[in-house]
Amino acid sequence: MSLRAATSAPAGLPGLDPRFSHVRGEWHYLDNGPVLAARGVHPTATVLAVHGNPTWSYLWRDLIAAATDRATAPAAPGEVHDVWRVVAVDQLEMGLSARTGRRRTLAERVADLGAFTEALGLDGPVVTLGHDWGGVVSLGWAVDHADRLAGVALLNTAVHQPDGAAIPAPLRLALARGVHRLGTSTTPAFLETTLAIAHPRLPDDVSRAYRLPYRSAADRAGIEQFVADIPVDLDHPSRAELDRIAAGVARLGARDVPALLLWGARDPVFSDRYLDDLVSRLPGAHVHRFEHAGHLVAEDVDYAGPVLRWLEDDVRPAGPDTGRAGAGGTGALAGSATVSRDRPASGTRTFRPIWATLDERGADPATAREPAVLDLTATGPGREVSWGALDHQVRRIAAGLHEVGVRRGDRVSLLVRPGPTLTALVYACLRIGAVVVVADAGLGLRGLTRAQRGAWPQYLIGQTTALAAARAAGWPGVRISAEPLDPVRRRVLGVEHELVDVARAGEGRELPPEPGPDDAAAVLFTSGSTGPAKGVLYTHGRLSALCEALAAHLDVGPTTGLVTGFAPFALLGPALGTRSVTPDMDVSAPRTLTARAVADAVRATDARLVFLSPAAILHVVETAVDADSGLDDADRDALGRVETFLSTGAPISAELLAAAQSIMPGAEPHTPYGMTECLLVTDVTLAGIRAVADAPDAGVCVGRPVGSARVLVSALDDDGAATGAPSDEPGVLGEVLISAEHLKESYDRRWLTDVAAERDTPPGRWHRSGDVGHLDADGRLWIEGRLAHVLTTARGPLAPVGPEQAVERVDAVRRAAVVGVGPAGVQQAVAVVESLPAARRPGLAPTALAEAVRAAAADVSVPIAAVLVVAELPTDVRHNSKIDRARLASWAGRVLAGGRVGAP
Amino acid sequence: MRVLVTGASGLLGGAVARVLAARGDQVRTFQRRPSGVAGVEDVAGSLVDPRAVAAAVTGADAVVHLAAKVSLTGDPAEFAAVNVDGTRTLLDAAERAGVRAFVQVSSPSVAHLGDSLVGVGAGPADPRRARGEYARTKAAGELLALARDGGTLRVVAVRPHVVWGPGDTQLVERVVDRAARGRLPLLGHGAALIDTTYVDNAADGIVAALDRLGDRTDVVGGRAYVLTNGEPRPVADLLTGICRAAGVEPPRWRVPAGLARTAGGMVEAAWRVRPGADEPPMTRFLAEQLSTAHWFDQRETWSDLDWTPATTIDEGLHHLTTHYATTQPTTQPTTQASNTT
Repeated sequence: MSLRAATSAPAGLPGLDPRFSHVRGEWHYLDNGPVLAARGVHPTATVLAVHGNPTWSYLWRDLIAAATDRATAPAAPGEVHDVWRVVAVDQLEMGLSARTGRRRTLAERVADLGAFTEALGLDGPVVTLGHDWGGVVSLGWAVDHADRLAGVALLNTAVHQPDGAAIPAPLRLALARGVHRLGTSTTPAFLETTLAIAHPRLPDDVSRAYRLPYRSAADRAGIEQFVADIPVDLDHPSRAELDRIAAGVARLGARDVPALLLWGARDPVFSDRYLDDLVSRLPGAHVHRFEHAGHLVAEDVDYAGPVLRWLEDDVRPAGPDTGRAGAGGTGALAGSATVSRDRPASGTRTFRPIWATLDERGADPATAREPAVLDLTATGPGREVSWGALDHQVRRIAAGLHEVGVRRGDRVSLLVRPGPTLTALVYACLRIGAVVVVADAGLGLRGLTRAQRGAWPQYLIGQTTALAAARAAGWPGVRISAEPLDPVRRRVLGVEHELVDVARAGEGRELPPEPGPDDAAAVLFTSGSTGPAKGVLYTHGRLSALCEALAAHLDVGPTTGLVTGFAPFALLGPALGTRSVTPDMDVSAPRTLTARAVADAVRATDARLVFLSPAAILHVVETAVDADSGLDDADRDALGRVETFLSTGAPISAELLAAAQSIMPGAEPHTPYGMTECLLVTDVTLAGIRAVADAPDAGVCVGRPVGSARVLVSALDDDGAATGAPSDEPGVLGEVLISAEHLKESYDRRWLTDVAAERDTPPGRWHRSGDVGHLDADGRLWIEGRLAHVLTTARGPLAPVGPEQAVERVDAVRRAAVVGVGPAGVQQAVAVVESLPAARRPGLAPTALAEAVRAAAADVSVPIAAVLVVAELPTDVRHNSKIDRARLASWAGRVLAGGRVGAP
Repeated sequence: MRVLVTGASGLLGGAVARVLAARGDQVRTFQRRPSGVAGVEDVAGSLVDPRAVAAAVTGADAVVHLAAKVSLTGDPAEFAAVNVDGTRTLLDAAERAGVRAFVQVSSPSVAHLGDSLVGVGAGPADPRRARGEYARTKAAGELLALARDGGTLRVVAVRPHVVWGPGDTQLVERVVDRAARGRLPLLGHGAALIDTTYVDNAADGIVAALDRLGDRTDVVGGRAYVLTNGEPRPVADLLTGICRAAGVEPPRWRVPAGLARTAGGMVEAAWRVRPGADEPPMTRFLAEQLSTAHWFDQRETWSDLDWTPATTIDEGLHHLTTHYATTQPTTQPTTQASNTT
């Protein structure tokens, strides 16, 4: 007996076509089935969408509208649309469905939904979609109807509350006796809070639509009961049902049922902990974490587009005909649906794990006592580690980590300063198939926190500073201290294990089986200097391909000897199969490296190969001629034996490379081009740079592709979008596309970023780099900037680096950035320069400077509307080299519109 | 083609008449004073005299209408009489005379509402919201003209923005004159980007619009196009360039833009009770023009008119330098701006 009957939705709610609103018995639901039938199209499958608490089916209005539009849009010749029916229910006691006065447990809700779909005659293939506690109900339905389940899609939800883990604070508050009823039904506080956490704020009319079914306390009774039904502890009546569903979801995952997880990262209730739990149950799922979206992810971002894309790409039936027919059959879809990433990882190459050399050298008595890793920053033991000792240490730690519970696929965040301990930890984790998460301290505390939450490691190994930061910022993961701690500090920092104990526990233990080439190996974070830091996932096959490409290209052999003043490469020595040495410096501060320290390191290992970052090179060059600490004859002899030297990590000028070569006269300087997603793409030597010094090409010549790497260019259109078919035609400005055996596997939990990076790429594995440039007739790549920094002028797209180089040839210009002001398509090019001497205040350049800059840019056919001077161009913290052009452009836009001139 | 050019004693009108005459069109001009253009037939008269207007239009195939009252301040009734009623008189006469093409030379200020303009297209003329009597009456005149498009008479409006060049009394001589007397301040920081039009480009663009009324009638008929050099520059760079071309010291002192606007408003009020005097040194409109960005999206103009500017700003400044080097510099203060009716 209803206290309030179900009603249909009124007209006039923003975004909701009232034709989709239906009532059947006690249920109100949205359904585009009748509209599709009226247009004569037959659904491929049905999406069954379940809202959470305290929303209603209005949440799904964009999906039902988009699915209907897509189904009824005219198809291109030869193309067949999939047609998706969307049925979005209002759960009983919620939304516009009836208020019956009954309290419903989770099990009853799942059963209610099953009864409803049966009454509706929903017997074709079904994809479930749920948000919040509606996610649990939708998964309950999915588990109970696995025979005709075609896929599961979820927005911020949870199916498992780990024992002992704290209930999220906002829910604890909502559940507290007294607060509960007052917060959920007596007052609309819970509803209002949920609506208020949208990012950005909901428009008023949308907020009103959400409030529509919940205007009185009686209307809100369902909200209260729903909150009360959250199984917070083992005794809760709904706990058994939740556990049943959770186990069932894992079975769906094991069956490779297509799954999609769209997640708002700023959710105070359904935090990344629950995302990680779902990923572990649905390992084949496409996952996208929206960094800036929150709990109401469906309001914060476009979720309908990605859901439809996933339906069409991953849930679509084997052939277009079977799909149409399949609407009547059961099980056809689920069986034939493809799961992501069934691509061979490493081509035809035979897989050699990166610890293979370490195993061999450590086991061979002839090499076991030879040095493997030298750390000249250390004193005493640890300064020199032999192959045998390193191998032994890696095995102990690997087995020990396994002993304390680290399993293949578990993520281990390594927040340890570069040095032998980090090297041993990396190889130990890789050996047992644990996925190392590496985020550079240069990201800063906020960036690191985002990286840690995004990757959600199960373990965190760090030194005291990192453990303290982890504690303060609430980073996830079981804490393992890399150094011994006193009991008080150990407790304060929440440390479960100390590395020495871990290693001791692994002494003499068997190692678990090795991971294979397609197993995940590492998540490396990008620098964040070209947008928010993103996790990049590498498999073992790809990491090993990287090491082999480097070794082959630089001709690294057992006797090479390697000096690394650039932290990431210090880890590669053992994999490259040669001894490596870290010079005496603060490895996190490249400007502490002196020429003499490099000479000492070269001498210590008789090294032939030196890896440095541009910032380190600058300091080395400066200190080489210092009267007190400069090089003596013995130093110069040692440096004279270096054969190859690499500048890596950021762009470097030919002048600085040449200066470095004058210190290492026997060495061929190289400066490779790459990015976190593909660490080695092309390479060019100083001689190669000099050979093209007079070429008319705009940009920086980065040389030709290395090893298996290939490069194509996707031309820019007038809007500055890279829409051209990928091509190797010379002289065409476009986005640089990269392919290589050592290319990343994917981004981490950023499916949509993957989709964008692989958009319209040729067959095989390709990556859109976001860099723009062109190829020349000899196959050399020239980089002309970032895609995001391309100006769209009335004469077409314009990449910034070419005119910047021209402007920097002006004597009075120290550094220049060319940015666009004005609307897309009619932007004017503006040069912002650091002048010599430095400008005292930012503003218009003096006439003579402006004329010189305009004339220089005119030489490369770029008209410059205005020349502005600043004391210093804004750059990234990490390299102090990547100019923040987006910020400069908006500053220049304000100034040149007549606004105030502050610093950019 | 027989073309009537009104307002040919002004800088731009004269340039248009010269371009047309040079390519062999039969050109008649109509204004109060002699046009000074060789090879054209001058008809003296005023737009407020319907009979004189009718006589001038008789026999013309096309009209390029530049004559207007263009000063920054003055009696509103005079502006309306010339820029609105005069335009109507000319349109009526043109229709009666069987004219087929009519180019209404207008101004971007007809759609300018006082904000900065950054890469915008030609918005609709709006007499109620345009600022100042000139802009209001030109807006009304443009609407009148475009409303006549259709049938045998086809109309296009062209809005050149800040026309300058050798012999320009509107911008160049005023700038040079004030700078020479040390009375030219920069408003604000002088960085606001301003689109300008070198006079030869403006004349070529107007002639292109006239030609397109003939061969791309349905593309350009009834439409308005903003016309510029497509090279916006910071206002300080432009003023400096002009001063240096004329051999005078560029402006060095600055007045805050907000202060200039306020002062401009006060000066305007003062000038209103002092009829007959020369141009006020500052108006609110001028202060806004010189301290906020004004530049335009030229893509449609270029593609529809099938035309692009031939003379760059730097080339134009070079011409200006030559001009000042070969003519007597202006020593007397600029008098009444050309009231080219």
